[in-house]
Amino acid sequence: MAVTLTSSAADRVQKFLIQRASGVGLRLGVRTSGCSGLAYTLEFADEFNADDIKFESCGVTVLVDPKSLAYLDGTELDFVREGLNEGFKFNNPNIKNQCGCGESFNV
Amino acid sequence: MALLQIFEPGMSTAPHQHRLAVGIDLGTTNSLVASVRNGVSAVINDEQGRGLLPSVARYSVDGPVEVGYGAQAKQSEDPHNTIVSVKRFMGRGLSDLQKTIDTPYRFVDAPGMVQIKTAAGVKSPVEVSADVLKTLRVRAETALGGDLVGAVITVPAYFDDAQRQATKDAAKLAGINVLRLLNEPTAAAVAYGLDNASEGVYAVYDLGGGTFDISILRLTRGVFEVLATNGDSALGGDDFDQRIYCWILEQTKLSSLGAHDVRLLLTKAREAKEALTKHPETAITAVLSTGQIVDLILTSLSFAGMTENLVNKTLSPTRKAMRDAGLGIEDIKGVVMVGGSTRMPHVRRAVGEFFLQNPLTNLDPDKVVAIGASIQANILAGNRSADEMLLLDVIPLSLGIETMGGITEKIIPRNSTIPAARAQKFTTFKDGQTAMMIHVLQGERELVSDCRSLAKFELRGIPPMVAGAARILVTFQVDADGLLSVSAREQSTDVETRVEVKPSYGLSDVEITRMLQDSYLYAQEDMAARTLREQQTEGNRLLEATESAVAESGGALLTAKELADISLAMATLRETIAGDNHRAIKMAAESLNQVTSDFAARRMDMSVRQALSGHRLEEIAASL
Repeated sequence: MAVTLTSSAADRVQKFLIQRASGVGLRLGVRTSGCSGLAYTLEFADEFNADDIKFESCGVTVLVDPKSLAYLDGTELDFVREGLNEGFKFNNPNIKNQCGCGESFNV
Repeated sequence: MALLQIFEPGMSTAPHQHRLAVGIDLGTTNSLVASVRNGVSAVINDEQGRGLLPSVARYSVDGPVEVGYGAQAKQSEDPHNTIVSVKRFMGRGLSDLQKTIDTPYRFVDAPGMVQIKTAAGVKSPVEVSADVLKTLRVRAETALGGDLVGAVITVPAYFDDAQRQATKDAAKLAGINVLRLLNEPTAAAVAYGLDNASEGVYAVYDLGGGTFDISILRLTRGVFEVLATNGDSALGGDDFDQRIYCWILEQTKLSSLGAHDVRLLLTKAREAKEALTKHPETAITAVLSTGQIVDLILTSLSFAGMTENLVNKTLSPTRKAMRDAGLGIEDIKGVVMVGGSTRMPHVRRAVGEFFLQNPLTNLDPDKVVAIGASIQANILAGNRSADEMLLLDVIPLSLGIETMGGITEKIIPRNSTIPAARAQKFTTFKDGQTAMMIHVLQGERELVSDCRSLAKFELRGIPPMVAGAARILVTFQVDADGLLSVSAREQSTDVETRVEVKPSYGLSDVEITRMLQDSYLYAQEDMAARTLREQQTEGNRLLEATESAVAESGGALLTAKELADISLAMATLRETIAGDNHRAIKMAAESLNQVTSDFAARRMDMSVRQALSGHRLEEIAASL
């Protein structure tokens, strides 16, 4: 079981964590909502939770709760630029379909 | 797929519910928009990577309004229709405008606020500002990938009610929901206070394009309190340009220039001023429309000499603010420099000498206000917990009412923190007096005629009593945006009247109608763009579906001629999608649908046959 970051995503996250001047890592998760059932959450983490599963990827600590990991296993988080817009993108091998904008999905 | 940003712990939004908020520094010379993304505030650049948007709008007879660098470049060529530094005219009547600068504009004296005649009709400063704001809104929405929930827009601390209301109206016209108006020095303090987390009393010295503000702030544990503000709402970088311009005229003995040449030389003056921030001297060269040639060398020393009194003009409000705050120079822990004009070395030197310390310049003075505003916007939009930062602002000018003899009675003194509510009791002047005129005023002077009139309303139905017996409570309330509402109540009968202080420039019905019509005009442009996008998307979807169907079963089900027809229709559709005619795309899509309709029917038959073959009728009936 693993969740990874691309090097461009890791660079960005590290930069943001330094500028934020606090935080222990990045928390990836999944919650039920949205037009296709599930939605990603992407947050800074200020502390570890007891049941967190920790990954190290390109020097960034990634935290995922066990329930979310079932949906996220094998996911690679990428940082991409599309015109003026830039941001993070989940490349998740588990998804069957997603809504038009990709913000929510189901497995 | 939508691109995600990192949120603060527990603050992730539901899909499609991003609380995108921006901070906008609507400046006299340049404007900026900034936003907090992934926990970091940054200015949003345009496609060319430029953060600043010149606050310049150019109106032409039939074309759309041009905003920014493109408009700025045409200043000398088209001075009447290229509006620069419009912020100076916000909420101002023609009589308010001091003759500080030779503007090439054809002013129209409308009630309350001056208007400008352009090739595209008469424009009010509110509309010009709205065009600048709209450009920033579109830039932000493109970069952030969604609609904004709102914006914090900064205004000079010295802006009065009419100017603040005009700014809010401009935002509304640009389709922006104003989360809050924030004083510029307070925004700068937010940017510095959070980034550096240093506590103490600071002075914010903001010399922008057209306004000067000095603010004394106290920062303690993330709380910003404005102790005092002062300034000059008609002093800024433009005046330094004007000095160089006058110097050019003196040196060359030129006079009576046309509007075009005035603009050209003012542009040259600004370029020289900017060059002198990095070089000890600079050349000024220009060819006027009369064929006369300007060729001069300006040294930084003589520039400092000719603008010394302008720099000194900033120091006397600074002294006043220090006095209002009750502080000495030794109490000031740091001096924050804001505004592009603080790049001028002799300004920095003078400020350093005044405060006996080197001013802080570690954040970009052009961006610091927008960045602070975006941090505040992020909190107000609900992306961080609101108790994280409490923001206290002050009233820049005292608010009061007129009493007998044309005297101003102050109810809320200047530098009171807002939101604020104060009440004062008044009484009748004559026996049997049954009505009272409440005249709301803003200003520091004692006489009504020297203050700015904000509103007038009447309290009626006071029971007849002897003079001095009625008890009338007048309450002033100022909300977080610095906007005022006033109520008056006779206490024995509870008769009450209240008024929201409306902008004193008072837009007429005709103006409102015209402004609405203009926004309808935009609506059509917006809708056309939207229709085009929809047709392009639909066309692409159809192309993909046809392609995969042909690849799957085209060989078996299509004749060579049919295949050629379909290919041709697809090529036509592809061509129209690349263009911008949504009707053409729709027609091409329909003709592709037509040439593929037989093919679609055959595919349907084939899949039905495949589903049925090898099954007996009973099985199928049973499964239904």
